Order: sequence, then C-alpha cells, then structure tokens
Amino acid sequence: MGELDRLAMYQQMVRIRQYESRIMQEYHADKSPAWDIGAGLIPGEMHLAAGQEPAAVGVCAHLKKGDAITAPHRPHHFALAHRVDMNKMTAEIYGRTTGLCKGKGGHMHLFDPENHFSCSGIIAQGLPVACGQAMAFQRKGTDHVAVAVTGEGAANQGAFHESLNLAAVWNLPVIFVIEDNDWAISVPKDASTAGASNADRAAGYGMPGVRVEDNDVEAVYEAAGAAIDRARAGDGPSLIEIHTLRLFGHFEGDAQAYRPELETVNERDPIPQYAAALQELGVLSEDQIASIQADADAEVDAAIEFAKSSPEPAPEDALLHVFA
Amino acid sequence: MSTATGTRRVTTAKAMAEGIGLEMQRDPNVFVMGEDVGAYGGIFGSTTDLFGEFGADRVIDTPISETGFIGAGIGAAVEGLRPVVELMFVDFYGVCMDQISNHMAKIHYESGGNVKVPMVLMTATGAGYSDAAQHSQSLWGTFAHLPGMKVVVPSNPYDAKGLMISAIQDDNPVLYMFHKGAQGLVWMEKNPRSIGEVPEESYTVPIGKAAVAREGTDVTIVTLSLSVQHSLDVAEELEGEGISVEIVDLRSLVPLDTETVLESVGKTGRVLVVDEDYKSFGLTGEIAAIIAENDPGMLKKPFRRVAMPDVPIPYARPLEYGVLPTRDKIKAAVKDLMA
Ligand SMILES: Cc1ncc(C[n+]2csc(CCOP(=O)(O)OP(=O)(O)O)c2C)c(N)n1
Ligand SMILES: [Mg+2]
Repeated sequence: MGELDRLAMYQQMVRIRQYESRIMQEYHADKSPAWDIGAGLIPGEMHLAAGQEPAAVGVCAHLKKGDAITAPHRPHHFALAHRVDMNKMTAEIYGRTTGLCKGKGGHMHLFDPENHFSCSGIIAQGLPVACGQAMAFQRKGTDHVAVAVTGEGAANQGAFHESLNLAAVWNLPVIFVIEDNDWAISVPKDASTAGASNADRAAGYGMPGVRVEDNDVEAVYEAAGAAIDRARAGDGPSLIEIHTLRLFGHFEGDAQAYRPELETVNERDPIPQYAAALQELGVLSEDQIASIQADADAEVDAAIEFAKSSPEPAPEDALLHVFA
Repeated sequence: MSTATGTRRVTTAKAMAEGIGLEMQRDPNVFVMGEDVGAYGGIFGSTTDLFGEFGADRVIDTPISETGFIGAGIGAAVEGLRPVVELMFVDFYGVCMDQISNHMAKIHYESGGNVKVPMVLMTATGAGYSDAAQHSQSLWGTFAHLPGMKVVVPSNPYDAKGLMISAIQDDNPVLYMFHKGAQGLVWMEKNPRSIGEVPEESYTVPIGKAAVAREGTDVTIVTLSLSVQHSLDVAEELEGEGISVEIVDLRSLVPLDTETVLESVGKTGRVLVVDEDYKSFGLTGEIAAIIAENDPGMLKKPFRRVAMPDVPIPYARPLEYGVLPTRDKIKAAVKDLMA
C-alpha cells in the first residue's frame, strides 16, 4: 500500500465522519423543545455509521465502477465510499425532488443504479439481492463483484444463512461484509450469537472467512483485497467480519442506557488513531490534517445547502412510480 | 372514573405493559420474548418496566431471528406456556410469515381442534413520522384476511390494557397490533388521547366487541387504531358546524363486530370508513360488503372511504401526508356525505 492509498483512505474516512457528524447536528437542530422523531427538516429514523468508517473505506478502496453494494439500515458510509453522489444522497435524506429517489425512499432506502448501490431497512435482506447481482455479473461474463453488508445482529437472520449457501453452491462473486459493532440496538452480540466469530460460520458453507479484529482501515483493506481478488478471479464468495465501533446510538435519540462501555467509545475512535499512525509514518502532516478536514467541511456543507435549497415534492407525486 | 377507585392517567404503551405484567403475576406460564423487550423496554414501550420486575428469565431478548423466535413461541404455546412475542414492526412480517400464517394460525384447525396455540403476537403498526415504505405499514387487513388468528387493534390506553389481558387469556393465537403514534411515546408527536384513565387492577375488554367511541346521529365513521383519535378530533370540530358524527371503534377485526357497525349505520344512514391500511382488498371493502349483504337500502348516501391509496408509503413528509388518512381528509369526506 502506497502513501497515496493511505492518504486517500484517511481522507475518505474524514469525509464520511464529517458527513455523519453534520447530519447528526442537522437532524437534531429542529426537533426541540419537545423532541419529536417526525419533526424537522430530516424526519424519521436516523442510523449513523460514525466509528465504522474503516469497514466501508477499506472495502470500497478495491471496488471499481460497476461493482455492486447492498447496504443495511446504516448505509451512509458505504454509499459515500462507493461514489454515491453526496448532493443527491443528502437531498434524499431531506426528502427533496433532487434526491436519489425523489424523496420517496429516505435514509434507509437509497437507490443509486449508476453505482449499483442500494440499501434496505429490513435486516439481512440485502444479502440475497447481492447474490442476484453477482449472478448477473457472472452470467454476463464480467469480473464485477457484489458486496453484501450487514451488522453482526443480522447474521442471525435466515436470509444470511440462505445467502451464504447460495453464493457458495453457485460460486458467486460475492463478498459478505459483517460489521460487528458489538450491538444490535440494545442486545450485545454474545447474548444473541452462538460462536464468537461469524468468520467461523463461513467455514460451514465452504468459503473463506476472516475476522478483522481491529477497527483499522489497513487491516480491512488487506482482508478485503484478498476476498475481492478471489471473487473477480472466479473463485467464489468470501466472508469478512470486521470488529468495529458504533460511536453514536443505534439511532439518533437512543439514550444508550443499556451500554456499559459507553464512556470509552471516544478513546476507541478509529480516525484519530489512524491519523496518529500516519503521522508516525511521516505520511500525514498537521497542515494536511487541517486541509483534509477543511475540504470535508466544505463538501458536506455544500451538500446540505444543495439539499435544503432543493424543492419538496408535491403530495400528488406520492401516486407516481408504483409501476414502470 | 376517579383516582379514588384506583385509576390514573397512563400512556397506551404503559397500559399494554401493565396488562402483560398483571398476567405474568397471575400465571407463571406467561413470558415475553422479542427484540429489545428486556432492559430497553421495547422500542415502542410495550414492555416498559417488565424486565425490572420479572428479570431476564421471563422477559427474553431474542436474536434478530423472527422465524426462529415466533416459531419458538408457537412451540412453547403448544406445550402449555402462554408466550407474548413481539414482532418489532409489522413490516417485518415478510421474514416470518410462514410461522405466523401456516403454523400459528393453522395448527388448531389442522389438528381437528386437538392442539391449542395460546400465544399473543404483538406488533407495531402505522405511519406519520417519515419512517418510509418498510417501517410504516398497517397491514391488519392482510392478517385479518388469513383465517385462524384473532386480530385486535386498540386505539387508547384503556382498551390497550384490557385487550392485552383478554389476548393473553385467550386459548387462540391473537395478533395484537398497536399504532406507534397512539402509544403516547415522549419522542413522537401524540394526540392527548394516547394518555388516559386506566384502572390499576386487572380487567378485560372483550375480543370481538366494537365500541361506540362517540354517539351521533348524522354520519357513522367506522374506523380503528390511530384513526379513531383523528376521527374524534374531527367529530368535535364538526359538532360546532352542526354535524353529529358517530364513531365506531372496531377494536377487533377478527372476530368483527358486524352488529355494532350495522346498528350505527342503520341509525345514521351515512357511512365513512377510515383506514390507514391500503385501500384495495381490505377493511374498507369488507365493511362495504357487510352493509351491502345486510341491506344496501340502509344507506342514504353512497358508501365513502378514506384509506391509504395503493402505493408503498413514501418518505418525504408532503408525500406521506399526501397519502395518509389525515383529519382534513376525514373532515372533507364527512362534509361531502352531508352535502
Ligand atoms: C427483519 C428485521 N428485524 C428487525 C429489525 C429492527 N432492527 C433494525 S436495526 C436492528 C439491529 C441491527 O443490528 P446489527 O445487524 O448488528 O446492525 P447495527 O445496527 O449494529 O449496525 C434491528 C433489530 C429490522 N429492521 N428487520
Ligand atoms: Mg451491530
């Protein structure tokens, strides 16, 4: 991995973090005094991925245009790392006509066919879809791959196991990426999941399974590179479980009273850790840190401005797009 | 009712949880399982305080494996326990419908009446806060269509508690569908009707019996769930305009109290059905059919309905409120019936 790769990954993580942080501010800005989930310019549930940037960035660094991702209810980091247009995505989150889905989908239902990106609010249900996209890539004779992303909680859903079996038995170019952030809302992994590592489950389906124990973008990059190369070469699916960190609540508004390790989350933040590592390597200067942050701030502010100044849909537009 | 007789004002969510708690005290076979029902108290408050009182052995957080734990509820019920199982949002029925429809609802009949499945499946429904297409549906018509399970849909705290106790005591599977917007949650806009007088002690509300939520003489609104609250608001406004609205809160869809519906429609001769579920092939059509089968001549004006058009529920607020059965739409429809 070269200096440029490292800097690019750092930059992408900062960009995503700035996005999630600003969306959090904006989301809460107009929900008081009586906090109301349905109020404000961004209504509804909001699942932010701060702390999980290494997973998205380390995986997407290997993807090229035409590769597919299905993401879960917590999708922004994979969307941004996979080139989904920030303006259009933000406008969707603000429910505007200029949004990816013209305001119909919202933050859990982002569809960007140009980048073969989609997400779903139903746990683990993106996995079978990724298998189908991989099937299409294979039948068309391309070397494209499909990445199916889920949380560790989703690995206990039937669709997860059906998909692993399908992908393995049909030798599909799929990479199953599990973001293990220790929690599924209020339920810790050890209370819900038999076996400590989902990588071991891959063995049951005859595919390679790797657990990346550190929330470190370079470790993810290595593991993902091997899995994606394998899929492109026609050697079939792989599974990667990344032990990552849910820096915020499950959704915005979650008081996290159930969470004993809450006070140490900031110490475990992967971005300052990576910055320090890169500084140690002499790859990243204080000036660069500042300019990367400034670029991210400007890009995100512009996206939010674009969203806020875009028109809202008309009520009757609700009746459009039921059928093609 | 006064506080002297042991009532106080609680939210619908708290009333539900109280109903479960009282049954857990009474019957050691009652237990709860579902996602985040333990320390969290249920995402929509349906198990508030139960974990503290009964502990992890009787209030069980499950993996995100709905087919697994709903099916396990069926098995436990068949062996004589009385599980109360939560499906967090009804929209997730897609991942577990086989257990619900082919097992929970059919086992009693298939066994020639030899096997009982005394379980409650409670689930959150409803839209209005931009949770979009996969987290906003009502879907009670879908379940009511499928034979073998009772379906109850409370609209207020009193009924929520009484129906919960009835549901747990019932020897049949009961699907208990509560509207997120009627739970009285602190973090969601609410109608004051989501908080109400509820007795502290145990009581039942019969399954299969509708309530006349408001008496009137000009128009009958047949409705359920959060739309009852909206309809009551509209009725109060229209009273000032000289229109007297009667409101039938169905409370149960299976069994359906056709008698109360027909009695009210017979009295007013004008009917509006308000339903947050999809319009076609559902509750509104069913009520129309019941009236038509009984005596189409009882209507002075053609049947009216305000329901969710047949589109997935959109995210953006103008779109969502464009399709929801709002007070404005209910009011316009009533006025139209009176024109
Ligand atoms: C089939 C289904 N069941 C339940 C839910 C409700 N739900 C949404 S997110 C979530 C927890 C997911 O945990 P995990 O997969 O670990 O992802 P994380 O939120 O930690 O990113 C649950 C239970 C759902 N959306 N779909
Ligand atoms: Mg998780």
